[in-house]
Amino acid sequence: VTTSPNAVAPSGPGSPRTRGTASLARVRDGLNDANAGPIWLVLLSIMVVSWALTTYVGGDYLTIDNLTSMVIRSVALGIVAMGQTVVILAGSLDLSVAYLISVAAVATSLIQDGDPGRMILSVLVVLGIGVGVGLTNGLIITKLRVNPFIATLGVGLILRGVLNAAFDNFAGQVAKPFETIAYGSLGPVPWPVILLGTIVAGSWVFLRSTRLGLHVYAVGGNADTARLSGIRSHRVIISAHVLCSLAAVVSGMFLAARIRQGAPWIGPDGGYDLESIAAVVVGGTALAGGRGGVIGTLAGVLILAVLDNLFNQLQFNAFLKLVVRGVIIIAAVAFYAQRERRAGR
Amino acid sequence: MTSTTGDVVIARASLRDRFVRSFRGSAPIFLILLILLILITIKNPKFAEPGPFLAFIKSSSALAVLAMGQLFVIVSGEFDLSVGSMITVVVTVAAVMINGDSASTVPILGTLFILGVVVGLLNGLIVTRLRVPSFIATLGMLLILQGGIFYWTGGAPRGSLPDNFRVFGRGGISGVPGIGEVPWAVVILIVVGLVAYWLMHRTNFGRELVAIGGNARAAALAGIDVKNARTAAFVISAVSAVIAGILRGGFAGVSAQVGQGYEFAAISACVLGGAVLGGGRGSIPTAIAGALSLQALFVLLNLLGLPKPTQDAFQGLIIIAAVAYASYRLRGQA
Repeated sequence: VTTSPNAVAPSGPGSPRTRGTASLARVRDGLNDANAGPIWLVLLSIMVVSWALTTYVGGDYLTIDNLTSMVIRSVALGIVAMGQTVVILAGSLDLSVAYLISVAAVATSLIQDGDPGRMILSVLVVLGIGVGVGLTNGLIITKLRVNPFIATLGVGLILRGVLNAAFDNFAGQVAKPFETIAYGSLGPVPWPVILLGTIVAGSWVFLRSTRLGLHVYAVGGNADTARLSGIRSHRVIISAHVLCSLAAVVSGMFLAARIRQGAPWIGPDGGYDLESIAAVVVGGTALAGGRGGVIGTLAGVLILAVLDNLFNQLQFNAFLKLVVRGVIIIAAVAFYAQRERRAGR
Repeated sequence: MTSTTGDVVIARASLRDRFVRSFRGSAPIFLILLILLILITIKNPKFAEPGPFLAFIKSSSALAVLAMGQLFVIVSGEFDLSVGSMITVVVTVAAVMINGDSASTVPILGTLFILGVVVGLLNGLIVTRLRVPSFIATLGMLLILQGGIFYWTGGAPRGSLPDNFRVFGRGGISGVPGIGEVPWAVVILIVVGLVAYWLMHRTNFGRELVAIGGNARAAALAGIDVKNARTAAFVISAVSAVIAGILRGGFAGVSAQVGQGYEFAAISACVLGGAVLGGGRGSIPTAIAGALSLQALFVLLNLLGLPKPTQDAFQGLIIIAAVAYASYRLRGQA
């Protein structure tokens, strides 16, 4: 049910138009991304502490190798988290990304089957799968009015079922040149870093400077107000889901190149569904939508990576890592919530 | 209508109306459950006999208890994602601490319930006092519980559960005339169901939760202590996870995967039973029916020879369809 054009409504005191202005103010507010500043400071201080601790136990921290390996390990999560940021900003969320990553990785590897000539075909097909799954998620949420949690959980289960019915382990083979995106570098800069950088920059420009990007903030801030201001909120939510699924399949292709083969366990083993949501909220984006941005999310992803790296260097117990991660996620969000309350929202 | 006086007509109409409405409000999941049970019986006629049927209820009891606890949280407008790992914690702690020594079962059971109350309180306080969205708060709790328990046991749960612990999940009262053995799990399910029904539908606390889930602000203005009521809901959910853990430990034994996926299954069961995520709607009998339907679906797909992956896909399709249907109906009423 799309909003008819005359929903833009006549002006007058207390009419939807004044509410529309309020919603614009909210959008500006959300774009302000006030949380993104401090989160980078937090990242910096965590890095300083890690550097000190790592040096103390006799490890190398500020070497190019170590820093690069940290970033490369963040690429897969970083790409999905960009997409997840967009859907969360729009007031939705996506739990199907983990299995979509597996589908993309397996499809890439199966279609290429070691043949460089089929690389373009595989990329096109996998992007097509991304668009299809994103449309499905978005349409179920908007047209069938299914809560995003259930809708994407259900779609995730369906993808898992289809995938596990057909494959139990490695399938196909990625073409040699395709591995460049995971292992090669352009001059001194590794391709994975360029890939992540491009996607972060693209998402940033999309959210800041395009009409659809601004509408994402408006719909996430208050879907009713956005609709009364003439925004076709269903289209915005569907587009956000398509973008999120596209991010997930790109991440899947990257992982296939990195592992050189696709396997059905790649996505769920990485925990990309809950991890990407965690990175988004640690980065300061409100789970309720409308406030935050990709720059904060990038910091969130890097914080998780820096901590992982620190724990590895200190040979910290793998299970205690989970505990610390849980505490950090709760503490970060509690911190934002307290600040917001002081700011009087 | 043969009645001559208007009053009677109105009374009758409203009675019929009420009947129809109550039927309409809860029918779908009971109908789905009935159809699933009939389909199972067609494939396996023995299923309708008391023994196998009670065994089916027994295997569903952990999920049904968990779904009831989850319902309190969902009705108040929140989620609890920590219950699956809580089940793992309960089974693992019991196995390690009791380690086959049947004398320590009772004190450990007490400890587990206290642990449940503490975890529920923490969840509730983090959500209501620190204002962390419940999705994040209970996701964090999931990581903390999972990491903590694996750290403690070094990754693989050890120890064993004595018979006087496992009896709740797999034992039964034998010699019941006409039925044979009645599993303890079924008795526990009925008792928990009655208590939960009373709490949710017959006390002010239950009505307050519904009001909070419908509109937390309005509920607060009406004088309801929103924070305490929501915290209590999280405690109920965690305690239900302890009971579910005791049932699972008896039924399935000790493993690191014993609680895996149970949080999503419990939420699915509530939603299949017509609860609305976001709060304000839900009922105990339909949540139980939702849990039984989910379990019946798995039994049926098994009987049809479909492998586990296909079952996942079906589960996904069915929960989406159920919620889509429910919101279609809600729109019709509005």
